[in-house]
Amino acid sequence: MATSSERSPPPFPDSEDQELLESEEVGAQDSEDDDDVDDPFLGASSPPLTKMDTALPETSQPSDVSTEPLIDIMNDPLIEPVSHTEDKPASEVVSEPSDDFVDLANNETDAAGDEVEAESAVADAAKDTTEIPLDEPSDDFVDILGSETEAAHEEVVAEDVTIEVLPDSSEVTGGITDPPSDAITVSNAEQEVEEASSAPVVDISIDSPADNTQQPPVSDKIVDPLVDLISDAPPTDVKNPSQPPMDLFEDDPSDLFMEPRQNISAKQPQKSLFDEPDEDLFSEPLGATSKKTVNVVSSEQKDKLVATKGAGNVSGVGVGVGGPLNDSYIGEPADIFTEEAVATAPSAISTSSVGSKTNGVHSEEEADIFAEATVELSLDSPRNDRKKNVMTKPSASASASASAAPSLSAAASLSKPQAATLEELEEEEEEDKFEINISITNPEKIGDGMNAYMAYKVSTQTTLPMFRNKTFTVRRRFSDFLGLYEKLSEKHGPNGFIVPPPPEKSILGMTKVKVGKEDPSSAEFVERRRAALERYLQRVVCHPSLLQDPDVREFLEREELPRAVNTQTLSGAGFLKMINRATDAVSKMTIKMNESDVWFEEKLQEVESADQQVKKLHGLVDSLVGHRKELSLNTAGFAKSVAMLGSSEDNTALSRALSQLAEVEDKMEQLHQDQASNDSFSFAELLADYIRLLGAVRGSFDQRMKAWQRWQDAQAMLQKKRETEAKLLWANKPEKLQLAKDEITEWEAKVTQYERDFDRVSATVRKEVLRFEKEKARDFKRQIVKYLESMLQSQQQLIKYWEAFLPEAKAIA
Amino acid sequence: MMEEEVAPTTLSVSSHSIKVTEAVKDGDTLTFLVVSQKLSGTGEYHVDRTYDDFDWLQQHLFSQEDVPGIQGVIFPPLPAKAQVNASAKVIKQLGFLAMGQEWQPYCMALETYLCQVAAHSTLSKNKALEIFLTSAEPPGRQKVRKNIFNRLSQAVEGMRKEGHKDVDEFFQTERDHNLTLTGSTKTAAERFLDVVQTEQKIAMACGHFSTALHLCVESGDEPEKQAFNKICVKMSEVFDSMGKNTASVAENNVSTLGLGLDLESRYQEAEKEMLFRRTCKLVELETASRNAERAKPLKKAAMEELKKAAEKEFDHISGMAKQEIARLQGVRVEMLQQALVQWCEKQLLTARESADRYNQHLQAFRGMA
Repeated sequence: MATSSERSPPPFPDSEDQELLESEEVGAQDSEDDDDVDDPFLGASSPPLTKMDTALPETSQPSDVSTEPLIDIMNDPLIEPVSHTEDKPASEVVSEPSDDFVDLANNETDAAGDEVEAESAVADAAKDTTEIPLDEPSDDFVDILGSETEAAHEEVVAEDVTIEVLPDSSEVTGGITDPPSDAITVSNAEQEVEEASSAPVVDISIDSPADNTQQPPVSDKIVDPLVDLISDAPPTDVKNPSQPPMDLFEDDPSDLFMEPRQNISAKQPQKSLFDEPDEDLFSEPLGATSKKTVNVVSSEQKDKLVATKGAGNVSGVGVGVGGPLNDSYIGEPADIFTEEAVATAPSAISTSSVGSKTNGVHSEEEADIFAEATVELSLDSPRNDRKKNVMTKPSASASASASAAPSLSAAASLSKPQAATLEELEEEEEEDKFEINISITNPEKIGDGMNAYMAYKVSTQTTLPMFRNKTFTVRRRFSDFLGLYEKLSEKHGPNGFIVPPPPEKSILGMTKVKVGKEDPSSAEFVERRRAALERYLQRVVCHPSLLQDPDVREFLEREELPRAVNTQTLSGAGFLKMINRATDAVSKMTIKMNESDVWFEEKLQEVESADQQVKKLHGLVDSLVGHRKELSLNTAGFAKSVAMLGSSEDNTALSRALSQLAEVEDKMEQLHQDQASNDSFSFAELLADYIRLLGAVRGSFDQRMKAWQRWQDAQAMLQKKRETEAKLLWANKPEKLQLAKDEITEWEAKVTQYERDFDRVSATVRKEVLRFEKEKARDFKRQIVKYLESMLQSQQQLIKYWEAFLPEAKAIA
Repeated sequence: MMEEEVAPTTLSVSSHSIKVTEAVKDGDTLTFLVVSQKLSGTGEYHVDRTYDDFDWLQQHLFSQEDVPGIQGVIFPPLPAKAQVNASAKVIKQLGFLAMGQEWQPYCMALETYLCQVAAHSTLSKNKALEIFLTSAEPPGRQKVRKNIFNRLSQAVEGMRKEGHKDVDEFFQTERDHNLTLTGSTKTAAERFLDVVQTEQKIAMACGHFSTALHLCVESGDEPEKQAFNKICVKMSEVFDSMGKNTASVAENNVSTLGLGLDLESRYQEAEKEMLFRRTCKLVELETASRNAERAKPLKKAAMEELKKAAEKEFDHISGMAKQEIARLQGVRVEMLQQALVQWCEKQLLTARESADRYNQHLQAFRGMA
């Protein structure tokens, strides 16, 4: 902060910084709390910022330029926080505690309470800190440094304390759910912080324990800066006043490190006491401690389980944070990591462990998601090294690093739980040896007239432990199958999964069946559909992710299924047309997509050409089947005419031979008919399946395009918001500026989110397409082997027929 | 002049050696290369004949008015005229003969016709045959007058005389039998033609499918793709061989039973024509005898003369017809048997071949894993 004012004397650097920070913070909190907690946080966050702004200029070189905005800042936020912390958060918590924190997986109300507590603590602390630097601008910090070293010494002991304290504090936070108590605790904290070591244990229980554990031995003076730390801490993102947070959220690591580096380089030559402590205090130890406080707070919110797991040291707390944070940040692991990175950054010792951590991340094979994080981490380490140089001199840095070290390990351990979950997911997907076999039998017409429907017996044989029994059978009607598909495609389609489509409804075929004529064509229709449904279910359960779906399990296991509705609209050609129209529209919409990934471009083309080819093949097989049927018919005709010829023949031997021939031809007719249905079942149906499946593949590409489009739109929106901000900056309208910043943060988060979504969908599509290709090859091979076997059999049959006939023909003369 | 030429001679070529080796397209007309071996020595006659030449020969055979009972002869049937760009109607009329590549079945039918003529005890003596087989000059280029055996006039008369009651029980039965046989043979031939045509369609469809499968091959060297490509290529091969198999089945059908049924059908027609001619003569004779009975004494002698002549002619015809029918019976049974045996053997051969091929493909697929 100080450095920023040093470096750049623009008309309103501080205000800008503040705005940025605020917006950053808001963004972070958005992502955490889903926009709803904005208000409380806004109020809460501003105080520390102002504090920082105020403190820093004072301590370093308060320039003329900065004073003006300073006043503003002092005026605005400083007044605000009081009202905010006391009123708003409380009311917020009362009014919408659970709704706000729905995203925070576990305990919403607790979390809310905690957050509020944290905020209020921040606010209060902010007050204090703002006073402190004003009172004792420079000396204080030196002292702080000293005390920090002390604190560092105390750390080892403190760690134990924290663990003990943890349950208490969590209890406290648990009790804090009621807002008034919040306010009380806040005030308590305030007082206690001011009173410092008088009642440290109480402090711990009420405030963030980690910090308090450091506090006890420290004297009054030291307490104040420590309060600073605390106050900075709760809003995790504010913790690093030196702008890194902003960069983090911009996903621009270079920026991130640029500034700190400059800071350092600027400071090093100066070697002024103010600067270095300044830096250390506000960026590193603050970050570290803040980390902890946040950690503690959130860990309390979440679950003691994790905390106890990590118990034994402060890092345990960190782990606790990691878990919950993961939960809340589910879509944004990178953010977590960046935060961690910042937290770890100050610790000079940590660099190596950071490296190991990144390694660990890599080994989790989630490169896509973690890429950002790892990159930033690795970029962090050089900075850490540099920092180390700076920090080794003041003893404070030692303490800082000491205190940071646990938090680093916390970060490292934090990465683990998440990685573990991902690993589990991976394992689930890799699991390929499941034994499940589904057969559909006994198609049965139920009911009469147009209300009649076909019910099928779905029998499952499995050794999978996820099913209650080894074998079970349910009755399902056709619309149930469609309903299953609907559910699956709704759930898994947007993620880029290729959901196997069921056979289409056929009004013609079904009407025939309904009318109830026992003619061969309707029997064939039923059989074809039965087989198609069987293949469809087989494909579904062969998909490792779909098999895990509760709806699939329910479909296979549950005796009675709620009637699938609205499948009527999906019937037959209409359904296909609908899909086609949708895909066309999508492809038209995203025709501008400049494909960055050649693989997808090529694959899409391949899929499209494969679609064409398969359709062509299907047409050809259809005509082949038609010809075969015709042949069978003609053979029957020939057999009849030969029989006639035989009967009108005078020559007895010839007559006999001819009637024999007629019999042979009759058998041949059957053979041709079998051949026709064999062609039809082996290939026409297979190809029809693949026409549908290729449609599904294209659908997954479309989903990816949609994700891309969303991302692009968000980026465009962000760009627009930034432009608006720039305009506002020039127009010097701070009140609107805030809003603009908020929006930018919001959109930045969205961009990040969408980009990650896109990457995720891309990865899924990629995997799915490869899987699809493998399946395709296997399916075709299996089918052709089956087909050839039957062909061979029919040829052998043919040979037998002819062999039997040959002596007859020879006997004519 | 023509009459002189048609004086009975012995054929200078071996009747079994006559071959119609190929059909050459010459503009719109087809020219057939007729090869026959000299009886005398080792030489061969190679002559180019068009359909008109064949027709000339047939007309000459018909118009041997000096041979007693010529009308009782069942003339070996000459196939209908083939055209290069035949219309659908002509193709339908030709039936099996229009099938196959390069008019092969048609050549075989012509060959059979020539052999039958040359083997015929009466017809082989005709000078026209000798000329047809040996003369370097194509004989049939000048317009031949259509004689009474013209099909058109026959059709008109047929309406009237077809149902005429025969005096001879044998001929009556033969006529009835011939009628049913003609019908059923024709139907059988047509049905069989349908079968063959469908087989050809299947062969085509298999070919298309095979080609389309080949086009499914995707570029790229990922293992999945490679595997799929291999399957596609292999499947393409399978369908290709299936198509070829079906095509050869169809071809065999044409060259054996197809041609046999076609010839049988045409022979039945020829017999029918002969029987019809005899019936005509019978009607003529009956008219003559009625006229002789009713004739005034003045003309009685002349009428009796006429009646006697007709009677004599009719007896000749009937005698010849009986011989011919007996001969035909033997010929056609032998012919049909041959066709059936050949057909059966060829079917067996192709079936075994394709079974072998399928087996190979199957092993290949199983080995792909």
